[in-house]
Amino acid sequence: MCDRHFLSSEPLHFCGGCGHHLIARNTEKALQRVTDLRPLDVILVTDIGCHGIIDRSFLTHTIHGLHGRSIALAAGISAGLDAPGKKVIVFIGDGGATIGLQHLIEAAHRNFNMTVVIHNNMLYGMTGGQSSGLTPCGYKTKAFPEGQPYVGYDLCRKANNVGAAYARRVIGTGDFSGYLEEAITTPGFSLVEVVEVCPSYGAKRNPDRTLTEIVKQAGLKVQLYSHPPRESYSRPKRTPVASLLDHNTAIPLTHASTLANPRSLSINGSAGEGVQSAAGIFARAAIAAGLHVTKKESYPVTVGVGFSTSELILSPDPILYTGIPAPDVVIITSQDGLERSGVTIGRMKRGLVLIDESLDAPETAARVVQRNFRGQAGPRSATLVALFHYLGVDPIFPTNSLTNAVQQSKLSGKLNLERMMATSCA
Amino acid sequence: MHQGKGHQRVLVDGSELIVESSVRAGADVFIGYPITPANRIFQYSGSRFQTVLAAPDEITALQWMAGFSATGKLPVTATSFPGLALMVESINMAYMMELPMVIILVQRLGPSTGSATCGAQGDLSLLSGLISGGYPMPTFCISRIEDCWDMSAAAVTAAVELRSPVILLTSKEMVMTTRSFEVTALEEVGSVRWNLHAGNDAYRPYQPEENLVPRFLPLGNDLHQVRFTSSSHDRHGLLRHGDSEALANTLRLKEKMERNLSTFIHYELDEEAAADVLVVSYGVTAPAAREAVAHLRQTGTRTSLFVAKTLCPIPQAYLDTMERYRRVVIAEENQDGQFRQLLFGRRGRAGVSGVNAVGRMIDPHDIIKEVEQHVR
Ligand SMILES: Cc1ncc(C[n+]2csc(CCOP(=O)(O)OP(=O)(O)O)c2C)c(N)n1
Ligand code: SF4
Repeated sequence: MCDRHFLSSEPLHFCGGCGHHLIARNTEKALQRVTDLRPLDVILVTDIGCHGIIDRSFLTHTIHGLHGRSIALAAGISAGLDAPGKKVIVFIGDGGATIGLQHLIEAAHRNFNMTVVIHNNMLYGMTGGQSSGLTPCGYKTKAFPEGQPYVGYDLCRKANNVGAAYARRVIGTGDFSGYLEEAITTPGFSLVEVVEVCPSYGAKRNPDRTLTEIVKQAGLKVQLYSHPPRESYSRPKRTPVASLLDHNTAIPLTHASTLANPRSLSINGSAGEGVQSAAGIFARAAIAAGLHVTKKESYPVTVGVGFSTSELILSPDPILYTGIPAPDVVIITSQDGLERSGVTIGRMKRGLVLIDESLDAPETAARVVQRNFRGQAGPRSATLVALFHYLGVDPIFPTNSLTNAVQQSKLSGKLNLERMMATSCA
Repeated sequence: MHQGKGHQRVLVDGSELIVESSVRAGADVFIGYPITPANRIFQYSGSRFQTVLAAPDEITALQWMAGFSATGKLPVTATSFPGLALMVESINMAYMMELPMVIILVQRLGPSTGSATCGAQGDLSLLSGLISGGYPMPTFCISRIEDCWDMSAAAVTAAVELRSPVILLTSKEMVMTTRSFEVTALEEVGSVRWNLHAGNDAYRPYQPEENLVPRFLPLGNDLHQVRFTSSSHDRHGLLRHGDSEALANTLRLKEKMERNLSTFIHYELDEEAAADVLVVSYGVTAPAAREAVAHLRQTGTRTSLFVAKTLCPIPQAYLDTMERYRRVVIAEENQDGQFRQLLFGRRGRAGVSGVNAVGRMIDPHDIIKEVEQHVR
């Protein structure tokens, strides 16, 4: 006799003859056989269904969640505890296993430390006996009085397919605690599918059929599906960065700006041509000149092709509203950029459009300036060249601030800065 | 903190501030499922959180979070409407189990998948009714860039102190726009303290303290049995079918929020003497409202400004403040004024009007126009 009790000795709350009784009692026996395991080492996670009302009878930690989600909840608990001495056990029905199939696959695949006990009574007990995804073909239920018209899942094989070390189907009669003990002592994810009967809904419609015969006819094997044990999930021991702000070094104030009012820029080019990085460098240069800056990116979902746009606001005062209903300056470095900004440019009543000379100058009331961006240092540097040109046309801060920002960037060394500046300031 | 002499300007986005502040406030785990415009939060979390898990879907994400929370970890996720929709049942579960966690909701244009890269303020009505039965879900909102820091810490703190899931509401523009930012402006954020059960008396997971929040103990602890339950339950955490103790426990969930509201109410009120117009806003529209009010004052229209940051439950102080103004203009980026309806119902109130937009940010000029129209 073991003095460690995991299950209370009071009567359980199931219908007479319900297979769920035996699962609870066999689980108690199995737990008692695990050396040194104490009730508070066990966390019982129960699903919604008749089997789920068992939590009140267990003397362990218990958590009673949603229909079908108990395996995912248990995965979080197992990962949260991350303690091999603690045992997470899931009680779930065939209904819960059907609606939460993804969670079972995921938990088995990632090998979370837990034992899942599927109470497979081949139907939804709590809601009145409808079929589940595990109901065997031909088994009569409320939903299909003539018999389930299709084949049910073989969850043991599914779990085995995704790497479960231990997945066993047992017939839920007599003493099957040895199998539960095996599962419970298997490190990582283990599964026991207990095929049992619901006297209230199952036995009535399917009289005179034994569990063994039902399982056999369904082509299911009463056996263990196993793999050699592999490492179970454990929270990775990693060292995160100490602060996201520390590596984001402050930009020193090195220059001054002449800007008196906010200025908004829309920079339009092609994906892969450095639009965003050039705009980022320009933003840093503006900050170094004492300006406040906001920067937004946009590109199509397929980031590698089509346009790439960066929108900046530069202002001598803090920027609150970050919207740009109509930009003051539009810079265009490629055909994609021109197509992207066509409507905006057409609507401009004033301001500046700075466009590569290889492109057709658009119709607009804004001042249009055409320069050679793409030809000077190649398409990949076109945006940066364009921004040097922009400072030539509209000197809101010294070109030197931009030169500095380029030198401090990842692009430093890859570009011929002098040539860029010489041509743009000419 | 960043001891700065003068110019300490860095280039950051709101996502970075949210993640950094959450971790400093005591968040331990980030569970992510990718969705625009919340992806940057996931990305930064990847390098800043001690534990990060990529979930295979948002239902799993929330369930994993609940599991972590039940073992005493403070989990965070970030999503947008489509993800939130999948989480709703599990958020209700965590609410009923009283498990702390933070769900960052980055709004984008709906319905459905809508426009992933277009901002919006379309989810407040949903949030105000998220918990079946109409129980208030503590909801904080980011109404200026500094709030990415302050409200994230407030959300983590409230989650632990209220033993509840908490929503941190924001929008695409706030978390995806990079900007110059004075790091010296940030206040120190300290780690929240869990109110744990101590001593040898049996632990009752739903026995309320005086402030109606029950003390916490993690599943798996060696001293006391812990029972958490999502269905109606008594103070022991045992399922009860609508008996008076279970019902009282459920009703406590609402009282708990209301009783403690003063500890998590955040708003800004910038009143101008003799103003009879109050501009009200929240979230991504608040900066436009701030600009509009500054402009109105400069041009001689006396105007006050109210910026809400705690959105649910609605504090009485909001209604009392608005009561004092003949004219109230509420600006928000949605079709019918979801906040306006939360405050004043479908009938509205005489003198209350809305400035609304869909598919674009509200421009300060939209607000100025609405105010001037009524003042003249
Ligand atoms: C999301 C959701 N859908 C449906 C239900 C209704 N429901 C409660 S129990 C149950 C089925 C239970 O069947 P099973 O999991 O096989 O457990 P059993 O009752 O047979 O033990 C269902 C569908 C629910 N609780 N939640
Ligand atoms: S209805 Fe069926 S599954 Fe539910 S307790 Fe009764 S016999 Fe068991």
